[in-house]
Amino acid sequence: MVIKNADVVLKDGVKKLDLRIEEGRIAELGKGLKGEGLDCTGLTVLPGLIDMHVHLREPGFEKKEDIASGSAAAVKGGFTQICCMPNTRPVTDNKVVVSYILNRAKEVGLCKVRPVGAITEGQEGKNLAAIGAMKAAGAVALSEDGKSVLSTGLMANAMMYAADFGLKCLCHCEDASLVDGGVVNEGYYSTLTGLKGSIRAAEDVIIAREICLAESLSLPVHICHVSTYSGVQLIREAKARGVQVTAETCPHYFTLTDAVIASFDTNTKVNPPIREEKDRLAVIEGLKDGTLDCIVTDHAPHHADDKSVEYDLATFGISGLETSFALSYTQLVKGGVLTPEELADRMSGAPARILGLEGGGIAVGAPADLTIADLHAKWTIDPAAFVSKGKNTPFGGREVFGAVRYTLVDGEIKYQG
Amino acid sequence: MLNHKDVLGLYDLSAEEIDEILSVGMSMKKLLKQNIKRLPHLQGKSVTTLFYENSTRTRCSFELAAKYMGAHVVNIAAASSSVQKGETLIDTGKTLDAMKNDVIVIRHPMGGAPRLLAKTVKAHVVNAGDGMNEHPSQALLDMLTMRENFGRIAGLKVAILGDISHSRVAKSNLFGLKKLGAEVTMYAPRTLLPTGIGQMGAKVCASREEAVEGADVVMGLRIQLERQHAGNFPSLGEYAGFYGVDDGVMRYAKKGALVMHPGPVNRGVELTSALIDGDTSRIEEQVLSGIAVRMAILFLLTKEEV
Repeated sequence: MVIKNADVVLKDGVKKLDLRIEEGRIAELGKGLKGEGLDCTGLTVLPGLIDMHVHLREPGFEKKEDIASGSAAAVKGGFTQICCMPNTRPVTDNKVVVSYILNRAKEVGLCKVRPVGAITEGQEGKNLAAIGAMKAAGAVALSEDGKSVLSTGLMANAMMYAADFGLKCLCHCEDASLVDGGVVNEGYYSTLTGLKGSIRAAEDVIIAREICLAESLSLPVHICHVSTYSGVQLIREAKARGVQVTAETCPHYFTLTDAVIASFDTNTKVNPPIREEKDRLAVIEGLKDGTLDCIVTDHAPHHADDKSVEYDLATFGISGLETSFALSYTQLVKGGVLTPEELADRMSGAPARILGLEGGGIAVGAPADLTIADLHAKWTIDPAAFVSKGKNTPFGGREVFGAVRYTLVDGEIKYQG
Repeated sequence: MLNHKDVLGLYDLSAEEIDEILSVGMSMKKLLKQNIKRLPHLQGKSVTTLFYENSTRTRCSFELAAKYMGAHVVNIAAASSSVQKGETLIDTGKTLDAMKNDVIVIRHPMGGAPRLLAKTVKAHVVNAGDGMNEHPSQALLDMLTMRENFGRIAGLKVAILGDISHSRVAKSNLFGLKKLGAEVTMYAPRTLLPTGIGQMGAKVCASREEAVEGADVVMGLRIQLERQHAGNFPSLGEYAGFYGVDDGVMRYAKKGALVMHPGPVNRGVELTSALIDGDTSRIEEQVLSGIAVRMAILFLLTKEEV
C-alpha cells in the first residue's frame, strides 16, 4: 500500500511525501510512488502514537473497561501502542496475568498492548513482584501505579533488581501521609468548595526521593503524570546534572486549572489533582524544553456509577485515549508551544525511547505504525460518542482541532474515522 | 421570594436574598418571642430532614421551625457509612422526591453533597452543613443575631477565631457578612487556617489581639479534640493559652462587643466560661435566632407555590 500526498511528520520537519508499506513495515519514502494507494491529500501522517500510561481494567474491572474496548478507544484516539498499568484484579504482578493480557490483546487485534508489571506483590509494598518472570513473559516496565512504594529501601532494591532485567520503574509519586484524604489540589478552590486539598509537596517529595535514588544508584527512573510546577523544576535540575530521569504529563495538567472543581463535577477528580495556573504553565514550559519527555493519557475509565456520587466518594480518573491527541495538538501546536515534529516526539518518539519499544518514528524499515490526522478539522468532544466504556471526562463540550482519520498498526488500517 | 430553588450556601445567594431571609427571620423571631408557635405558612407541606452526620441542635432547630409553621416533618438519621455500602445519595433523593416532599434538609459530611441532591430532586434542598463547605443557616442565624443587636450588618467588624480550616460556619459567615458590607477578621493557628481564605475577603491577622481590635462581634469556633490528635496543635491547653479568647483579649474589642459561638462550646478553650456566661454573650440568643431564620428559609423557599 502507498500513502499518497500526505504531510509526513519526520524527525526534522514536515514534508510532503508518499510512503510505501510492505509486510507491515515502511519500505520506501519518496515522491510520486506508484501502486495501490490511500490518498491522504490534506492529511498529516504522524508516527503511530504511543501512550505509556493507560488503565485497561482487565482482568477484574471489566465493567469500567476491557482490553477490547480500551484497544478500540486507543486506535480511535490514534494510538498504535499502549502500556497498561498493573492495578488489575488480580494485580499484574506475575507472568500469568502478563500473558493473559498479551493473549487477549492479540485476539482483539487492534493496537499493540504492552503490559506494565507491578513493582511489589499485590502492589502491597512488601515483597518484590516476580520481575524476571514478568519480563520474560513480555512486560515492558514496572510500576506501582496509583501509589508510591512506601519504603524507600524497597524502592531502591526494586530499581536495582529491575535494572538487571532492563526494566525501568515508572513512579507514581504520592506521599500518602501528606495527601491524608485530600481529593483536590490545596488552594483557593479547595477552600472555596470545602473539598480536602493536597499540597504540591505530597507529589514533590516522592519525585525528589526517586531522583535521589536514581542519582545515587546511577540508574534510570521515570516519573509519572507530573502536575506541579515545583515537580517540573526538580526534574529539570536533576536532568541538568545528569540524572537519568524521564517524565510524563497528561493533557488535563496542561489544559485545565483547579477552577474546574468549583462545579463539584466528579469528572474533574483525578490523581494527582488538577492544579493552578502556574502549574499548568510550568507543565507547558516543561514539555517545550523537554524536561517533560512525553505526554500520556493516564486513561482511567470508570463506570458512571463510580462518578455519580459525592465528590469525596467518586473514583479518581479521566478517560483520556479519545481526546489526548486533539487536546495536545490544540493546546500545544495550535497554541504555538510545540512544532508538529516536537508533538510527534512527545507522543511517540519519546515513549519509544524511554521504554525501548520498536516504533516512535517514520523511517524506512520501521514498523508501519502510523497515525493519519486531519489537523484542520474542528470538532466538539462528546463523551457519549466515546467507544471506551469510560465516559468520564471533564472535556465534554470542548471544541478542539485535530481529528484522527486513520490508525495503522503494522501497515493495517485498524481505525478509520 | 428567593431566586434559587435551593439554599445551598451563601456563596450562591445574592445580598438581596440574604437580606430578605434576615428580614423575614426578624419577623419570625418577634412572633417566637411572643411564644407564637402556630403559624400557617407551611400547612400541607412536607419537610424531611436527612442527616448523614450527628447533630442535635441543627436538626431540632429545623424540625421545630417546620412544625411551628404547620408542616409534616420526617426525620431520617442516616449513618454516613450507609452511604458507602447502601443506597446512593441520588437514589435516596429520588425516593424522597417520589414521596412528594416539598423540602429536604440535608446534613452530610462531604462537601457538595447537597448540590448533588439538589440537582437530582424536584424538592427544595436546604443545606444544613456539608463537610467543610458551607452551613448557610448557621451563618444566617449569626447575622440575624447581629442585625437584631446593631440594627444593621453593614460596617460591622466581626472577628472569627478558632478552627477555620474545618469550619463551614466560618466560610458561610464570611460570604454572607462580606455581601452585606461587614468586615471580617480571622485568626487561627496556621495549621487550622485554610489556603486562600484571604482571597475570599477575610483579613487574616497575625495575632488574636489584632483580629479582635475594634471588633463589634467576636465569634469563637469549636476546636475538636480530634484536631489535636491529627497534630494540628499540641494540646487544648496550649490552644487556650495562645489562641483562645478571654477578658484580656476582649479588651481590644469595642466596648460591649458581642461574644458569639455556633456551639457546642468547649468551655475554657475557644472562649472562657466568664465570656460564655457574661452579659455580652449572645450564644443562647443565637439558638432562638436559629429557629427564626430556618422558618424564614423554609417559608421563602415554598412561598411561590402557595
